[in-house]
Amino acid sequence: MSVRHGMLWGMARTTKKDDPLAPVTLAVGQEDLLVDRAVAQVVAAARADDPDTDVRELTPDLLRPGTLAELTSPSLFAERKVVVVRAAQDVAADTVKELKAYLTDPAAEITLVLAHAGGAKGKGLLDAARKAGAREVPCPKMTKPAERLGFVRTEFRAAGRSVTEEACRALVDAIGSDLRELASACGQLAADVEGTIDEAVVARYYTGRAEASSFTVADRAVEGRTAQALEQLRWALAVGVAPVLITSALAQGVRAVGKLATAPRGMRPGDLARELGMPPWKVDKVRQQMRGWTGDGLAVALRAVAEADEAVKGAGSDPAYALERAVVAVAQAARSGGR
Amino acid sequence: MTVWDDVVGQQRVVDQLSAAALAAGALITADPAEARPDSSAMTHAWLFTGPPGSGRATAARAFAAALQCVSPDRALGAAPGCGFCEGCHTTLVGTHADVEVVRTDLLTIGVKDTRDLVRRSSLTPAGGRWQVIVLEDADRLTEGAGNVLLKAVEEPAPRTVWLLCAPSLEDVLPTIRSRCRALVLRTPPAEAIADTLVRRDGVDPQMAAFAARAAHGHIGRARRLATDEGARTRREEVLRIPQMVSDIGGCLKAAQQLVDSAVEDARQVAEGTDAKETEELRAALGASGAGSRLPRGTAGVLKDLQDRQKRRATRTQRDTLDRALIDLAGFYRDVLAVQVGAATELCNAELRPTIDRFAASSTPEHTLRRIEAVLDCRRALDRNVAPLLALEAMTVSLRAA
Repeated sequence: MSVRHGMLWGMARTTKKDDPLAPVTLAVGQEDLLVDRAVAQVVAAARADDPDTDVRELTPDLLRPGTLAELTSPSLFAERKVVVVRAAQDVAADTVKELKAYLTDPAAEITLVLAHAGGAKGKGLLDAARKAGAREVPCPKMTKPAERLGFVRTEFRAAGRSVTEEACRALVDAIGSDLRELASACGQLAADVEGTIDEAVVARYYTGRAEASSFTVADRAVEGRTAQALEQLRWALAVGVAPVLITSALAQGVRAVGKLATAPRGMRPGDLARELGMPPWKVDKVRQQMRGWTGDGLAVALRAVAEADEAVKGAGSDPAYALERAVVAVAQAARSGGR
Repeated sequence: MTVWDDVVGQQRVVDQLSAAALAAGALITADPAEARPDSSAMTHAWLFTGPPGSGRATAARAFAAALQCVSPDRALGAAPGCGFCEGCHTTLVGTHADVEVVRTDLLTIGVKDTRDLVRRSSLTPAGGRWQVIVLEDADRLTEGAGNVLLKAVEEPAPRTVWLLCAPSLEDVLPTIRSRCRALVLRTPPAEAIADTLVRRDGVDPQMAAFAARAAHGHIGRARRLATDEGARTRREEVLRIPQMVSDIGGCLKAAQQLVDSAVEDARQVAEGTDAKETEELRAALGASGAGSRLPRGTAGVLKDLQDRQKRRATRTQRDTLDRALIDLAGFYRDVLAVQVGAATELCNAELRPTIDRFAASSTPEHTLRRIEAVLDCRRALDRNVAPLLALEAMTVSLRAA
């Protein structure tokens, strides 16, 4: 986005693109932590400029027609003011009109921060602010593990600390996807630990695993790694994965092996994937898992999983026990051919 | 023709019910001033039990018709249930005002519907004879619904008769069971079924004999097999499964094929009814025509309907799978019969060569284990195990046994 502050607003102060004291700042996205940081950055910059800066936080229900005019009218003492509008996508239509009018003619002493979720809702306001040349801070949700790893790395870098790659990974594994928790963990490690932060340090502070999926359980079991599979199963149950999802993942894992093992030989990978109804990467993965399986092993494993499915659906008294038995049975069956 | 014609091969039960209908008629025509006639043949609650397809519901409906029979011949000493009078006829076609037939195409009958049923059961019969309630799926009553019925079944209004149907006595709550007079229907013999198919449905005698044997004494299934080419094809596919399960790939494929055909069955049933029901409901809510929006606050009603349709699809799938499993068990039963040299008729006489081959290549122990695997699978399905998984566990057992 091109930003032409000085020309548009004809202000005394010349602003750069990343100056936190730009007249209007847009925090776009749904990651609360990043939005809060964007707001805090603006407030800190304003306070540095003038320690008496007045900060006003407004939610859509507090923002009635006229409120904005009241807040942005010149004050007697010419004090600096930061006005933060939270959830700007939910602001009522009348107020949006006022906001748009203000965007074209912002007051010099005032820094406006609009926190907007960035979706289709309230898009008019977002577009108007962009058109007016607001400074934009992206605050998207981080969905991929790699993004979270990157976030942790930047956190430590911002704190001026060196950190090993394994330590970052261990931290993400242990804490999970909540960015706020990740940030505070990074903050604590940076404050408490001297020198390079490595895996051993992370393990001292944070152990365990915040997120375990039914598919990891199934993968480990189908690979015949009993101990890891049981560990994953315990984590999965501890973080509240439903037992039925685990039996269904186990069934899918065993079934995939059975299908691939009996698929016609010499097919091209693309055709094979289509024949089996799996994406190509899955076919490759299952091929790795297939070693060590026998026909009898598959039969035993399928029966064990079916039994567990019945048990977790009410026929047995302890779902966790039924699942453990099934996982052990599958892992043993996976080694039935010897490897 | 009498109302009892469709009750196939159940002479003992028919005798008992005719006697009850006769006594019931006497109760109505009795002069109130005189002493009540001896009425131990008639009672207010009956529980019809018998294997699936033995005609529980048909027997219950025939009895209902006999109770409502208004034939003038009765005064001359004829047994009630002529099959021609207005009472008999309207009951049999399901339009009699005092006969309520309750059945469900869902998995269970809930408390809400049952409360309503109890309320209606206490109405005085409009025709002046009996208020008859035929609960065809008493085994599908939830426990709560069964408890709602208790009081009504124990002491109904003077002219109310409850006719409950369930596969076995154990399928209804003990408290309900003890309040009913039990009637046990037997599995009708194949000859009786074949005879009925020929007489009532005009089926070719040879086909009727085949269908009656293949249906294992299930009258409705026999008729379906005799009249529906698709049902016969599906059955043949199921009977090919024992030959498919020689290796794991075949096992997985066979299981997948069974599930697919069940899903397809459910889809065909749904295709006809679901879209029509949805459109009717939309029209009733004032949103007819494609694309028009539902009025505010009515989305919930549509959601209810969709939930119900989904439950119905589940039921159809399960029924189809269950039928397939029965056919499969029948095949192994034949194999066992050949192996032990039993002199019974085979259900699948047309597959004699295959059956002989199987019998020669395995032992009776194997066969018994295979039958066990099929029955285990039925139980697993009943306990809500994922269908594909349950069937896979079964097919691999068929192979390994």
